[in-house]
Amino acid sequence: MTKVTMTVNGKAVSGDVEGRTLLSSFLREDQGLTGTHIGCDTSQCGACVVHVDGQAVKSCTMLAAEADGATVDTIEGQANADGSLNVIQQAFQDHHGLQCGFCTPGMVMSAAALLKENPKPSEAEVREYLEGNICRCTGYHNIVKAIMAASGQDVPALAAE
Amino acid sequence: MPKDTGIGAATVRREDVRFLTGTGEYTDDIQLAKQTYAVFARSTVAHGTIKSIDTSAASAMPGVLAVFTGEDFVEVGGNPAGWLINSRDGEPMKEPKRPVLAHGKVRHVGDAYAAVIAETVEQARDAVEAIEADIDELPAVVDMNDALSGSNFVHNEIETNQCFDWGWIEDNREATDNAIKNAHHVTTLELVNNRLVPNAMEPRASIGSYKASTGEYTLHTTSQNPHLTRLLISAFVLGIPENMLTVIAPDVGGGFGSKIYHYGEEALVLAAAKKLGRPVKWTADRTESFLTDAHGRDHVTKIELALDADGKFLAFRTDTKANVGAYLSNFSTATPTFLHGTLMAGNYTVPLVYVNVKAVFTNTAPVDAYRGAGRPEATYSIERVIDKAARELSMDPIELRRKNFVKPDQYPFASAAGLEYDSGNYDALMDKMEEVADVAGFETRRKASEAKGLLRGFGVNAYIEACGIAPSNLVGVLGSRVGLYDAATVRVNATGNLSVMVGAHSHGQGHETAFPQVVAEMLGIDPGVIDIVHGDTSKIPFGMGTYGSRSLAVCGSAVVRATEKIINKAKKIAGHMLEASEHDITLSDGVFSVSGTDKSVTFGEVALKAYIPHEYPLEDIEPGLEETAFYDPANFTYPSGAYACEVEVDPETGKVRVDRMTAVDDFGNIINPMIVTGQVHGGLAQGIGQALVENTTYDENGQLLSASYMDYTMPRADDMPMFAVDHNQGTPCTHNPLGVKGCGEAGAIGSPPTVVNAVIDALQSGGKNVTHIDMPVSPARVWDAMQNAE
Repeated sequence: MTKVTMTVNGKAVSGDVEGRTLLSSFLREDQGLTGTHIGCDTSQCGACVVHVDGQAVKSCTMLAAEADGATVDTIEGQANADGSLNVIQQAFQDHHGLQCGFCTPGMVMSAAALLKENPKPSEAEVREYLEGNICRCTGYHNIVKAIMAASGQDVPALAAE
Repeated sequence: MPKDTGIGAATVRREDVRFLTGTGEYTDDIQLAKQTYAVFARSTVAHGTIKSIDTSAASAMPGVLAVFTGEDFVEVGGNPAGWLINSRDGEPMKEPKRPVLAHGKVRHVGDAYAAVIAETVEQARDAVEAIEADIDELPAVVDMNDALSGSNFVHNEIETNQCFDWGWIEDNREATDNAIKNAHHVTTLELVNNRLVPNAMEPRASIGSYKASTGEYTLHTTSQNPHLTRLLISAFVLGIPENMLTVIAPDVGGGFGSKIYHYGEEALVLAAAKKLGRPVKWTADRTESFLTDAHGRDHVTKIELALDADGKFLAFRTDTKANVGAYLSNFSTATPTFLHGTLMAGNYTVPLVYVNVKAVFTNTAPVDAYRGAGRPEATYSIERVIDKAARELSMDPIELRRKNFVKPDQYPFASAAGLEYDSGNYDALMDKMEEVADVAGFETRRKASEAKGLLRGFGVNAYIEACGIAPSNLVGVLGSRVGLYDAATVRVNATGNLSVMVGAHSHGQGHETAFPQVVAEMLGIDPGVIDIVHGDTSKIPFGMGTYGSRSLAVCGSAVVRATEKIINKAKKIAGHMLEASEHDITLSDGVFSVSGTDKSVTFGEVALKAYIPHEYPLEDIEPGLEETAFYDPANFTYPSGAYACEVEVDPETGKVRVDRMTAVDDFGNIINPMIVTGQVHGGLAQGIGQALVENTTYDENGQLLSASYMDYTMPRADDMPMFAVDHNQGTPCTHNPLGVKGCGEAGAIGSPPTVVNAVIDALQSGGKNVTHIDMPVSPARVWDAMQNAE
């Protein structure tokens, strides 16, 4: 067992992990942060996306031990300080960017990383960025709209619905 | 002006907050005290005789608490098919037992033959590796033609691989044959409706627990219909009395059909929990989902359409082989028959339909209802052959459809496939589609594509489906072993807020938002004081769950009936409070008034009186304000639509890109247009996925080659266009109180033929006489078709 220490959603946490323990398992099982979801075993679906030192990472591709000393942000830490939804979360609700909710944490975390990198992405750029996040419910339409809206862009200008 | 509350309002979803903040609670998120873990040993061969299973080494591994094999379940019942189909000769279908764990033989890759329970999931996984199973591999039955002609049987005891040979409508067979023989023109098409894996993003998971002191079991599971799961486990599989088994389906991450069914893992974790006296959790990994979730579609069909010289349809005749896989899943026999053959008249006045379906056992995962369930298969066959006929007859595909549409003055319309359509206006949908899709501008867009070296095609489709399958009396005659009603309880609490217990289960459909809109509208109160309770058999009277686009049409109707009872009783209480006859009491905006006076009491005051019944006529009215209703519909509902698709095909690579996708649907009345639009979007993506990228491939040995997201192509964001969706042309359903029809499956039904029709049109425009390409219309298939075309 290896002792790991990291800052998760602003709080210092530590735990003893096996060498094979994935960051996703550490967050879910050890820290009880079950908002990070496991949707596949090949790092394709993106339901487990978190931020490690500010970078979007599929937490099933990283060992917990590798995140020792890192700053990790998960979906549970995204809301505003007063508990209200942040801009991206609110846009997802306003534009019906989620249905069953399972892919949603990964989508929100990926969207946050995208907008940090590219504050005014085009529709095509949003779609390309979401290559690593699979949603089976929404057909992506409203997710794309939500991310565009969260970036302050004119959503009605997108194709008619 | 759009409304901002109640029926018709695009209210944002209240359930979103927990999903957006990571505080939803899915089955795998739940940790019960002293929880243990189950991992299954699954067959790596498609077909084999189990000679022996040695579990001694596995049992001695660290942390292992128990090992189960098929031997442990020979005394318990099998997981049954929910619908009895009789063959054309009157013989009942073949129903081999589907055991909790394979016994005697393994019948598909992934078939579980043992399970290990251990302290940790890693220990259980390691111990599964130590199970020594001596399995004699047998030749696999994979191809349906081989299955029907050979003597290698998936189930030796039934001595055939044919489950049934069903004819619909058998009395029309000869007349249909004659119509086709004598017709001016017959168009024939052979096609494959490709096998799909539903791929809800949350893998299946179950936790069994048992309380020895009372004998009570609890199952947390990823289910679309917890009551049905309870019924199957209680009445058929484990024999646990229903009142000793609670089934809880908490937040469920999508279903699309695959979580309707009871699976052996659910029975295993319950039996193991009893044996160990500790909760037992199992969570599928994605590979297990691919190997063991019920798959969808997998039909091979020959369809013939007979037309007269004017293009009027005279008959449809189809010959279909439907793969049911290795075992009969719960709705697997209804899906290719009564959910498919009965829709084979489409939106048309065609006088004759004959459908033959042979259901075939193979050494593959069970196949069952997947979003649309039988109706996408019917629509695909009909709408592809119509498109081919239009081309053969040099007719406009839209005009050919219009010429044969059921017209608005023909309702109720008895279709040649045995259904009675209650309402619709297919021409109006087509008109709207032509407007929204800007059909008039197509030629300009085609020229622009050609200037880029791309071929642009236009595809059209009209569909009808049947939702809210019912009534129970009818489906019983047709072979259903369950009723297809639903139930709701409306509980008005003393302080005026409401809990509404519904038998439908929400796993993305937004019931927690939409159902309160209905109740709030009826009572004239704020939807915010109404809470929906679903997914827990201990809290809800009963329910048949969510599938087949039935939740609002069936369960929503039960909610309406229960709310009507609440209003009736509340009026009695209000009448007493206001010293007036209940018949003189009216309800408006949450206030009960005596007609023609200024005397009134609020809904909240009546609720309080019901629970604090001082000065209350106890001899006439019971205290409390809670009512239950069961609703059994009079008929199916019949959503319909007109879809259009434009694709661009790169002739150099065969790559198809969907550029425009338009869906105009008649869902009847709409409760929440935002949610309805979202449902259509999701269906469109699954339909486009089926048409262009998704495929489930078994090799000749029955190995599943597409068992991960590395191998099975899921539609991604950059495979999709923005969609154009309209559902303002609704004709209300005539037989349910809300006039609603159901919207969950439409997109997946209407889109596949639309896309393929567009691809064919594109290739034809490029001078290639390609008449059909099977789905998925991959670049390789398009390129091959182009090379081989004249």
